[in-house]
Amino acid sequence: MYDILIVGAGPAGLTAAIYARRASKSVLVLEALTYGGQIVNTLEIENYPAEPHISGFDFATKLYNQAKELGAEVRFERVTEIRKESSDADASHFGVITAKSEYEAKTVIIATGSANRKLGISGEEALIGRGISYCATCDGAFYRGKTVAVVGGGNTALEDALYLSDVAGKVYLIHRRDEFRGEEIAAAGLKEKANVEFILNSVVTELKEDGGKLVSVTVADAKSIAAGEPTGLREIPVDGLFVAVGRIPSNQSFAGLIETDEAGYIKAGENCKTNVSGIFVAGDNRTKEVRQLVTAASDGAIAATAAINFLNR
Amino acid sequence: MAVITVNKDNFENEVIKSEKKVLADFNAAWCGPCRMLGPIIDELANENDSVKFVSINIDENPELAAQYGVASIPCLVLFDGGNEVKRSVGLIPKDEIESLIG
Ligand SMILES: Cc1cc2nc3c(=O)[nH]c(=O)nc-3n(C[C@H](O)[C@H](O)[C@H](O)COP(=O)(O)OP(=O)(O)OC[C@H]3O[C@@H](n4cnc5c(N)ncnc54)[C@H](O)[C@@H]3O)c2cc1C
Repeated sequence: MYDILIVGAGPAGLTAAIYARRASKSVLVLEALTYGGQIVNTLEIENYPAEPHISGFDFATKLYNQAKELGAEVRFERVTEIRKESSDADASHFGVITAKSEYEAKTVIIATGSANRKLGISGEEALIGRGISYCATCDGAFYRGKTVAVVGGGNTALEDALYLSDVAGKVYLIHRRDEFRGEEIAAAGLKEKANVEFILNSVVTELKEDGGKLVSVTVADAKSIAAGEPTGLREIPVDGLFVAVGRIPSNQSFAGLIETDEAGYIKAGENCKTNVSGIFVAGDNRTKEVRQLVTAASDGAIAATAAINFLNR
Repeated sequence: MAVITVNKDNFENEVIKSEKKVLADFNAAWCGPCRMLGPIIDELANENDSVKFVSINIDENPELAAQYGVASIPCLVLFDGGNEVKRSVGLIPKDEIESLIG
C-alpha cells in the first residue's frame, strides 16, 4: 500500500512526487506514455521562473531525474480506473487499476493533464503522420515550400500559422468564427503575411486522400453546418493540415468517481481537493484559469501537501 | 544489439536486404518526443535479438523520409523482407512498441 499514488508523470505529477518524497511518504507514479507530459513537444520554454531558455525535453528530463533521485517509483502503465475501497475516512484506501496490474494507495493525486482535441471527422485517424499533424513546430519542416492549412482560432492556431508561414509556401487559416480569440498581436502579424489566407466562418467537413496521403480538405459554411444543411462547400488542395482546436482533459477514466465540469475538468479549487476525500487533482486537468508549467508545478506542490496533511491528520 | 544508424548509403543493406525484421525509427535532433523515444528504442534493441533496430535522421536523410512518406515524427516503420508491414506515428510507450514488433 503506497501512501501517495500519482497518476501522470507530467510537470504536475512529478512535482507532487518531489514534495511527497521530501516528506518521506512512499510514492508510486503511474504514467501511460513517457515522463514529461505535453511539454516534451516544445522546442523552447521561455516563461518558467529562473529558466530563461530550456527545451521541453531537458525540462522534462531534469524534473524526472529530480523525482527519481528523491526516491519516487515510476511505472509506465495507463490507469484505467480508480476504486474507492473504503469510505471510512480514517482508513482511506483506493484501488488503482491498470491494464497490467492493480495497486493500492491511501491517497491518490490525479495529474493526467490534457490531450490534443481531434477534429472528429472521417479519415482523420488514418492520416495522422500522412498529412495530418497536431504539432506545427514538430512537423512543419516536412512541409517546406508546400501548401498547408491550420484549423482553429485560439492562440495555438495563430502561433502555428505564423510559424508555418515562414516554412510552407502557402498557409490557409480555417476558423469557424469571423474573429479570433487569440492574441491580437499574433493575428495582426498574420495579416501582414502575404502567403497566409484566412478562411473564416468555416469548418472542415471532409478530408480527401490519395495513396494514403492527405490531398485536400473540404470546408463548409459554419452556420450552415449548425443548421444541418451544408452550404458554401469549397475543396482546398493541401499537403498538410495542422489541427489546433484545443485540448481535452484526460479525465475519462475517473468519470464515475470524480466530479467534473461540463468540459470534463475535475472540479477543484486552488486547494486541489476533489469531491472524494483522499483524492486530489493537480495540473491542466483541473478547473482553473491558467494552464501552464508554473501553475502545474504549483498544483503539484499543493496537492502533495494536502495529501501529506491528510495522511498525517 | 545496439541501434544502427542508417543513411541512404547503407539503407539497402541494413534494411531492404536484412534477414531479420527491421524497426526503423525516423527522428530528428530537434524533436522532443523523438528524444523521449530514443532511450526506449535503445532498451528494446538490447533486449531483442530477433529484430534489428535502426535510427534514421530525417534532416540528414530527407530522401528516405520522402520515399517512405514520413511527414510526422517520431515515426516507427516495421520492415519485413524489405517491405513496410506496420507503422506507428507519435510517442508510444514501450509495450506498444513491443506489440508492434511482436
Ligand atoms: C506545444 C505546447 C507548448 C507549450 N509551451 C509552454 C510554455 O512555453 N510554457 C508553459 O508554461 N507551458 C507550456 N505549455 C503548457 C504545459 O505543457 C502544460 O501546462 C503542462 O504540461 C501541464 O502539466 P500537467 O502535468 O498538468 O499535464 P501534462 O503535461 O498533460 O501531463 C499529464 C501526464 O499524464 C499522463 N496520463 C494521462 N492519462 C493517464 C492515465 N490514464 N494513466 C497514466 N498516465 C496518464 C500523460 O501521458 C502525461 O504524461 C505548452 C503546451 C504545449 C502542448
